[in-house]
Amino acid sequence: MSTVYGAALPDEVAETPITERMSVRRLLATYPRVAVASGLLLLLVLVTLFAPWIALHDPNATDPSNSLLSPSIPHPLGTDELGRDLFARVIWGSRVSLPIAFVAVAVGLLVGGSIGLAAGFRGKLTDLFLMRLIDAILAFPALILAIAIVAVLGPGLRNAMIAIGIVQVPVYARLMRAQVLTLKELDFVAAARALGASPTRLIVHHFLPNLLNPLIVQISLSAAAAMLAEATLSFLGLGAQPPTADWGFMMNTGARFLNNDPWLALGPGIAISLAVFGFNWLGDALRDALDPRLRG
Amino acid sequence: MLQYLVRRLALMVPVAFLVSLVVFSLVHLTPVDPATLILGEEHSPQAIAALRHELRLDRPLPEQYITWVTNALHGDLGRSVRTNQPVVQAITERLPATLELGIAALAWSILLAIPLGTIAALKRGSPIDVLATGFTVAGVSVPNFFIGILLILVLSVNFRLFPPGGYTSLADSIPDNLHRLVLPAITLGTVTTAINTRFTRSSMLEVLRQDYIRTARAKGASWRQVIVGHALKNALIPVVTVVGIQIGQILEGALVTETIFSWPGVGKLAIDSIFGRDYPIIQGIVLTLAFSFMLANLAVDLAYAWLNPRISYA
Repeated sequence: MSTVYGAALPDEVAETPITERMSVRRLLATYPRVAVASGLLLLLVLVTLFAPWIALHDPNATDPSNSLLSPSIPHPLGTDELGRDLFARVIWGSRVSLPIAFVAVAVGLLVGGSIGLAAGFRGKLTDLFLMRLIDAILAFPALILAIAIVAVLGPGLRNAMIAIGIVQVPVYARLMRAQVLTLKELDFVAAARALGASPTRLIVHHFLPNLLNPLIVQISLSAAAAMLAEATLSFLGLGAQPPTADWGFMMNTGARFLNNDPWLALGPGIAISLAVFGFNWLGDALRDALDPRLRG
Repeated sequence: MLQYLVRRLALMVPVAFLVSLVVFSLVHLTPVDPATLILGEEHSPQAIAALRHELRLDRPLPEQYITWVTNALHGDLGRSVRTNQPVVQAITERLPATLELGIAALAWSILLAIPLGTIAALKRGSPIDVLATGFTVAGVSVPNFFIGILLILVLSVNFRLFPPGGYTSLADSIPDNLHRLVLPAITLGTVTTAINTRFTRSSMLEVLRQDYIRTARAKGASWRQVIVGHALKNALIPVVTVVGIQIGQILEGALVTETIFSWPGVGKLAIDSIFGRDYPIIQGIVLTLAFSFMLANLAVDLAYAWLNPRISYA
């Protein structure tokens, strides 16, 4: 058995790398799910970029005389226990979740990807040593490892970001290694090697272009996982700290006012769910679209 | 099979060593001295030095590690710096509540996912398939703390059907225990239900394409006989692997679910200990959970090999 995207595939299937390419335009036209999911994420990115113009109130401006107001036209999602506009805080919350997800995924991709590339390319002892290291990280349920790291480094967004990045490392290491091991055996790589291609040339010109499709899929799924992990850490009080407008932390506060003011938890909850749904959906749709083996 | 088991156990040794090293390092990675962190800077240097001595932090690192591992192998993970209770006792006291919650979550997840995934596969493209497929993506996208909050809002606050939290042990009252278990179990099991539905559906679709299904139908077997007697049995083999892997997700989810519903399990103990800076407890829980997860993965691999004799691990 071989592993692609973390799922077990029969050997004869895994031997064929995912190499098919198509233009972004054709991809969006042929696969409406990819287009819809991309649209949802584009909306999220636009909200993040234009947060100061979309949110009419300062997300951290307190107004105790207007605390816990129900949703109304001036305050579409109501106000929190300190009188802060909840809509503004939900909009600004995207400026915390999205960058953290991207940085965490970048850490996982760079560190994990390099480990996987080295293990797959060098093989033998390097592979054995690096993969045992990855096995040791995988021995921990991911969120528990992230929580343990934050517990040690101390609560806060920066430490949460480091912790989430570390737990992403094994995913990319295994994906990269599996792909490199498969590619290494293929004729075009053997031909390039026979023609005297250097290891750098092999990696840059032959491996990386062929790794792009599975990586794009994994990045989308990892971004969803990273956003969920960040929200969970913040919900537990281990990520964002007050007064940061963070979706997870806002839900933590909202949970205390469920009896009379449920909108405090609903707004940020729906925001996290939509963002994570967008990334998961895009990853799923891209997997179907870019992997010729999965097309119906 | 025995050879495979021995090989797997041998492979676990270096991983177990690295895991123990990571857990041991947790205390030593703190940016400030762990004893100062535990007691707070307002304590006298003498008190901090005494705690350093008690926790053996004044010994060389290799010596500390060897002592810690030796003690751990003898079932001694130290004492809580807050309550002075032995760590093993603190964990074992709370383990039954976590196990009960985890088993209930997995049980409802399997009971719902297998029929739902099977029906979705049998009625591919129908509205129920679209709903089931939508649920599989939505189920993994909605954070479980949001699901918990929604359940509390609707079923506890609005309809007053279930209590919003708390725990009664099985020994005290079985009906009350089960009544309080419903919401946390649904919260914890939703993600795994979504994943299991997805795997059952895709696995069932794969099996239904096989020749032996067509042969069984051609020989006059009813759809019911074909589905229950042939297809489902084979379709569930990969699902077993997935369910096993979900033990990790259940352990992760327990931390959040137990916190929301004030369920006095290991997860809640972990979170309380983080805020109480009770490092021996945190170390003990992380070590226990990591080894439970490793053993669960081993059990899954063995179950998979046993269920599917076509797979050779030679």
